[in-house]
Amino acid sequence: MTSSFPEEVLEHVLSFLTSQTDRNAVSLVCKTWYETDRWCRNRIFVGNCYAVNPRILIRRFPDVKSIELKGKPHFADFNLVPEGWGGYVYPWVVELARAYPSLEEIRLKRMVVTDESLEMVAKSFNNFKVLVLSSCEGFSTDGLAAIAANCRNLRVLDLRECEVEDLSGHWLSHFPDSFTSLESLNMACLVSEVSFSALERLVARSPNLKTLKLNRTVPLEKLSTLLKRAPQLVDFGTGAYSAEFRPDVYSSLAGVFSACKNLKSLSGFWDVTPAYLPVINNVCSQLTSLNLSYATTQSPDLTKIVSQCCNLQRLVVLDYIEDTGLNTVSLSCKDLRELVVFPSDPFIGDVDVQLTEHGLVAVSEGCSKLHSILYFCRQMSNSALIQISKNCPNLTCFRLCIIEPRAPDYQTLEPLDTGFGSIVQNCQHLTRLSMSGLLTDRVFEYIGTYAKNLDMLSIAFAGDSDLGLHYVLSGCDRLRKLEIRDCPFGDKALLANASKLERMRSLWMSSCLVSFGACKLLGRKMPGLNVEVIDERENVNSIPEYAPVEKVYIYRTVSGQRFDAPDFVRIMGKDKDAVYNLS
Amino acid sequence: MGTEGLGLEITELRLGLPGCGDERKEKKRVFLDILGGDSGDGAGGDVKNRNIGVAVGWPPVCSYRKRTIIKMYVKVSMDGAPFLRKIDVNGYKGYSDFVRALENLFGLGDECEYIPIYEDKDGDWMLVGDVPWETFIETCKRLRMKKRVSDGGFQT
Repeated sequence: MTSSFPEEVLEHVLSFLTSQTDRNAVSLVCKTWYETDRWCRNRIFVGNCYAVNPRILIRRFPDVKSIELKGKPHFADFNLVPEGWGGYVYPWVVELARAYPSLEEIRLKRMVVTDESLEMVAKSFNNFKVLVLSSCEGFSTDGLAAIAANCRNLRVLDLRECEVEDLSGHWLSHFPDSFTSLESLNMACLVSEVSFSALERLVARSPNLKTLKLNRTVPLEKLSTLLKRAPQLVDFGTGAYSAEFRPDVYSSLAGVFSACKNLKSLSGFWDVTPAYLPVINNVCSQLTSLNLSYATTQSPDLTKIVSQCCNLQRLVVLDYIEDTGLNTVSLSCKDLRELVVFPSDPFIGDVDVQLTEHGLVAVSEGCSKLHSILYFCRQMSNSALIQISKNCPNLTCFRLCIIEPRAPDYQTLEPLDTGFGSIVQNCQHLTRLSMSGLLTDRVFEYIGTYAKNLDMLSIAFAGDSDLGLHYVLSGCDRLRKLEIRDCPFGDKALLANASKLERMRSLWMSSCLVSFGACKLLGRKMPGLNVEVIDERENVNSIPEYAPVEKVYIYRTVSGQRFDAPDFVRIMGKDKDAVYNLS
Repeated sequence: MGTEGLGLEITELRLGLPGCGDERKEKKRVFLDILGGDSGDGAGGDVKNRNIGVAVGWPPVCSYRKRTIIKMYVKVSMDGAPFLRKIDVNGYKGYSDFVRALENLFGLGDECEYIPIYEDKDGDWMLVGDVPWETFIETCKRLRMKKRVSDGGFQT
């Protein structure tokens, strides 16, 4: 077939397709389209760093400006993935440095990043602009110093919930005086105090600074000084928000906040002194995003603030807000799209906090645009879930955590199958679901039947038998990520749906009933999958084949088995010495 | 697939939990065993419904949030001291950090005269350091600095 348009036209057309899914689809049309896409695709997303390797990536895409990599599975956030499992970015950085000297952006999630890697990034890319590290670990403030000192054109340095070895706050002082391109700085997860004068000077010479998220050590009394230097801020995170009440500090802070006409997002508020909360009153109506999840203060204080946020789209808060506070949200925040309620005391048995299913139902009733929910609570009922599903048919993300495992409907003592069933039936756009409470195989039947757009599912302490897992794997056509813990799912469902696993990104199962034998069989029969058994028991070599593994992580890959795994990770069914050249 | 026998595996605490590298293979050791006494309630074969504090990583609050927001103050007593102290078990990175802080609370040096023990959620007295750090944080109800007697054993 002779192409009727010139390559430049095709390239121009393709440049309007920014989503990787769309780009992947166009690359399958024909060879010409594949080639055109490959030469001009410069933003790459790798959802699992072990699904591919740098060599394959570089061969296919010769000109990359932005790369995003994800490492450990999601359950690593809850300490279910042992230290040393993997997810090292260094081998990637080495290859990227060699192949893409004009790389501008690196975004990493749940990866192990060393100071060495950061130093290499700092020295290898002349035009480096964006570094975003989410839930990463393995580096110290020395690595940050290297970035600060060498990346002349840096725009974004965003550290989200990273575990950093905080040697000192001196790293910030490594930004040279000639450095003025900063647009976004998030250092909230760092522990050490930085030089305030260095910080102030940095802010003062960064006219494009839009996002500034401070760490806890920046005291409340100093916030005015900083905000005066950056009234153009759009997204601001305070440091520790506590101090003895002083009217002069209060009015100064209220004044500077009022001057921030572009402010749309606020966060921080650690150790909050409630008397200082009203300084933000004048900006509340501007806010589209508010994160009060570190503000350990009572409902009335929180409620007063949210009641003024008439344009709020995203609210993250602690359960201290209680049902009454959420009721206010439902009346005041008519534009709310996303609600997150974290538990203040998840490990204590009895609590005084009055946060129940009523709060969530109220918000679902009052906020018609609500599409994303993450909610921790201590009781739930089928009727509440059914109501929520009817109020919010456009839900895309529903994550409910009832703190007590296997808690039934507190009114009827029945399982919550019908409640969650109603969610998947009424919310046809649901792409992410996390369930909790007492659930039988029946809920999985509902999910397999109705949740046709589901992309990610998280299950814990649920189900009765393999049938549950089978319903999900055979019914959810779009499912890509499945993570399961403490469920009676075993070999049968897994092996019967082996081919489905190749159409998914990954499957995690821990404290289930999958046997060593099944893992070995799966690994052997499916060359496109890595079946990693993660088992730290001392006697693991003498455990019989039919016994269950502690944890298994299965993911598709074109890269073959990996060779950086520690001794408690076994890649099953692959000949250890063979290198599968599946590129 | 029948459901009999499944209940046991699910509720039984798995050994070798994630946490600091070296401690990952430790078994739960009941304090009385150290004295050579009987283990009392036969903790081994017991399958009570474990409360939430014992399942690792549940509820699913990410470790960053757990470290920063959740204060877990527990009482600490010391043999011979007239008053108790309180310590936030969530404020430390690991055992060595924590034990040092405990020693500082009572002005103890490196003499090793006192051994820290703790009461867990099952009501058993355990030696500090056996279980992975993350598990310890979630299961420790209170602490005691127990004085060693001269032969290296423990004073009852």
